[in-house]
Amino acid sequence: MKSHVWRPLVVVLAVIALVLVAREVLVPADFGIGARGYMYGWHRAGNEQQWKDVKVKYKTAAFCKDCHPDKYDEMKESPHRNINCENCHGPALNHPDDPKSLTIDRSRELCARCHTRLPYPNSGRGVMKGIDPKTHNVGLDCVTCHWPHDPRKEGHKR
Amino acid sequence: MVHGEAWTIKEFFTYPNEYIYWTIQIVMYPFMTGLVAGAFVLSSLYHVFGVKQLKGIARFSLVFSFALLPVAMLPLLMHLQQPLRGIEVMLTPHFTSAIAAFGIVFSTYGMIVASELWFVFRKHFVETALALKAIEGRTVLQQGQYLLFSILTLGAWDISHDALEADERAVKKLAAAGIPVACFLHGYAGFIFGSVKANALWMTPLMPVIFICSAVVSGIALCILTYILTMEIRKQLSRRRRLAHPELPSMDELKSAEAHVVAMTSRYLLMFMVAAITLELLDLIFRGYTAVKSWDILRSVIYERDFVNIFVVQYGLGNLVPFVLFLIPGLTIRRAAVGTVLVLLGVFMMRWNVVIGGQAFSSSFSGFMHYVLPLWPDSMETLKEGLVGALIVAGVPFCLFYLLNKVMPVFKETH
Amino acid sequence: MISRRSFCKKSLLIAGGLAIPLSCLELFDPKRLLAEKDEKGARWVFLVDTRKCVGCGFCVKGCKVENEVPYDANVTRTWVERYVVTKDGKTHIDSPKGARDGFPNKGIDIGHGKLEEIKDEDIEKAFFVPKLCNQCDNPPCVQVCPVGATYQTADGVVLVDRKWCIGCGYCIMGCPYGVRFFHPVFHVAEKCNFCYHRITKGMQTACVDSCAFGARRVGNLRDPEDPVTKVIMTERVNVLKEEYGTKPQVFYLGLSKEVK
Repeated sequence: MKSHVWRPLVVVLAVIALVLVAREVLVPADFGIGARGYMYGWHRAGNEQQWKDVKVKYKTAAFCKDCHPDKYDEMKESPHRNINCENCHGPALNHPDDPKSLTIDRSRELCARCHTRLPYPNSGRGVMKGIDPKTHNVGLDCVTCHWPHDPRKEGHKR
Repeated sequence: MVHGEAWTIKEFFTYPNEYIYWTIQIVMYPFMTGLVAGAFVLSSLYHVFGVKQLKGIARFSLVFSFALLPVAMLPLLMHLQQPLRGIEVMLTPHFTSAIAAFGIVFSTYGMIVASELWFVFRKHFVETALALKAIEGRTVLQQGQYLLFSILTLGAWDISHDALEADERAVKKLAAAGIPVACFLHGYAGFIFGSVKANALWMTPLMPVIFICSAVVSGIALCILTYILTMEIRKQLSRRRRLAHPELPSMDELKSAEAHVVAMTSRYLLMFMVAAITLELLDLIFRGYTAVKSWDILRSVIYERDFVNIFVVQYGLGNLVPFVLFLIPGLTIRRAAVGTVLVLLGVFMMRWNVVIGGQAFSSSFSGFMHYVLPLWPDSMETLKEGLVGALIVAGVPFCLFYLLNKVMPVFKETH
Repeated sequence: MISRRSFCKKSLLIAGGLAIPLSCLELFDPKRLLAEKDEKGARWVFLVDTRKCVGCGFCVKGCKVENEVPYDANVTRTWVERYVVTKDGKTHIDSPKGARDGFPNKGIDIGHGKLEEIKDEDIEKAFFVPKLCNQCDNPPCVQVCPVGATYQTADGVVLVDRKWCIGCGYCIMGCPYGVRFFHPVFHVAEKCNFCYHRITKGMQTACVDSCAFGARRVGNLRDPEDPVTKVIMTERVNVLKEEYGTKPQVFYLGLSKEVK
């Protein structure tokens, strides 16, 4: 190492040392190889918990059942029994604390998601009861004539 | 607005999340690294293989390659959604990804070029530092210069004949080591694209080789062009200076030296160009012949939607025309300048057609996406990934070269 | 001269001697023990019955709200595609806004804000196909991440570390299914993760809960009693784009050759 020819190498080694020190400081302690090996599991372990901690917003009908048993039971007897409450009322979030009351989507567009007539033979849509929203009682909310919790009944009587 | 929505026009069926995510900066990135690699290979032709005719341009292209180096990184940084986190590539590299190698290959290459430059210019550093040291009562500027040059010598002040010969040998070894690293630096840029199995246009093992060949082509072309331009400026300067100093080389001497260098270099340019075009056409023919599932949509992109970009601009204007220009006997400086500009355009369009063309069709093979280059920046996003961003990237190496030339005078010996 | 007896003895001794250190490594390798323990954990998979989907888009709406993907941004973690094959053999596909609002128009969205009208009598076959992240066994998006910001958990879900993603977009390019995008708020890669916060609490994903037709189901492939596992094991299921070698883990019933 006496020759001056090795001087650049010394600089290079110093730079490498610097990067290694920086790694020690900047890389999170829990960074490592996970269950799926280096190719698919190279990650920060703490992030898994961060994803698990994400807040649940849709609480499902089981959450509504205790306080609104009448509504729940009515729905379960109707052709709409498989639709979750929160599809129209949700999401529940921390109801009844926050929000105190849930927004209700009574729009024609909501009903039209399923009940716009689309004649598709290879899909359940083809046999569903459907209308053409462009001609069917334009301007009126569907709930005026149809009771959404049980569409066999008549609509809202205000 | 979602990233990509500002410049993507969709047609027929594309998946809802598909946009042109890799834009002009990702075109600039392989273009700039290509220039780096090409310029270095050119300088190595002299240092390693002793191609004497290239002596005039070797030193120049080495410094220019160094000036281009930081700019190979710049487009990537401008493209990142989280540019401040770019350092993570060095911190937690995931080597199953082609991009992870960037940090290591890039810095290895940078260190090789820097060391080579140090050996080439060490004598100059020492002489300048000694000359400044001799000055009594240095001004602040001179003191700063003295410090800079003293640091640049790295404490090696010996410029005896033996020491300088050791430098020469080191340069040769470094240049030899640099060639594979330069090729790797660029070949792996091709690998970044070639290894994306989700993209029908990119996925070919030929991609790295095609990228290396066209990189050398573009690097040599840019060196010739910049060489011609700087010689032009020097001619103007020498005309004025010769009135005072008649011992300087005359106009005719400069001109003939220039013509000689340009003619020699353009021969190497042609060689690499033939290799690049052969490989590209091989890839195209092979795709058409094997005609796998993706060929239907690729054909409609290559022969219909991008026809002008690929066949008129890239192959016609960028390859065929300069090819003819260089082959006509009696190459003049002006013709060489036009030829190299067209070659650069051709290589740029090749990058464009790969990067943008590869995203011109949906991975559902049922729809298309059209890229509209944002000309006027109306947001940070369209500034970074639009025309202005690309121009910044293209301009920076020339500014850097200007600064580097102050410390490492490229043309000193021929003065 | 070596007798047969001593030869057999010695070779047994050597083989045994070699086997002991090897088996020691086997027995006490903690990684292997851990892996075996994990085998008893979950491997989340998804089952889509395209015959049941009616294209209402409640799943897309539910997903966007649950996972805080801005409602009006034109990106989505899950979406529904409509396939209409006409009598002339042409396939018309669309997914307006990812079917966030269902399919409010009969016409097919062909881009540029234009609709292509198709007469009812021209329809040969037509159906809907919900799409989401396939949580592949060989996820190409994870393979290409340069910094380890996206990864696969032991239970098979591919996650993105929002604090570590540099936003290079390589994973978006690497996914053959187009499920990834840049989150408009966090500016990092984003994708469906089977509502990881819900399934790890024993809940269903938001899209499964909001589907009234049973077209979507999530299950655990390592539990042989899981009804989803039973369907996958015993019925004729298919996956998307098998040719990429990604080993997708979203299984489809009633898939048709037109599906992209």
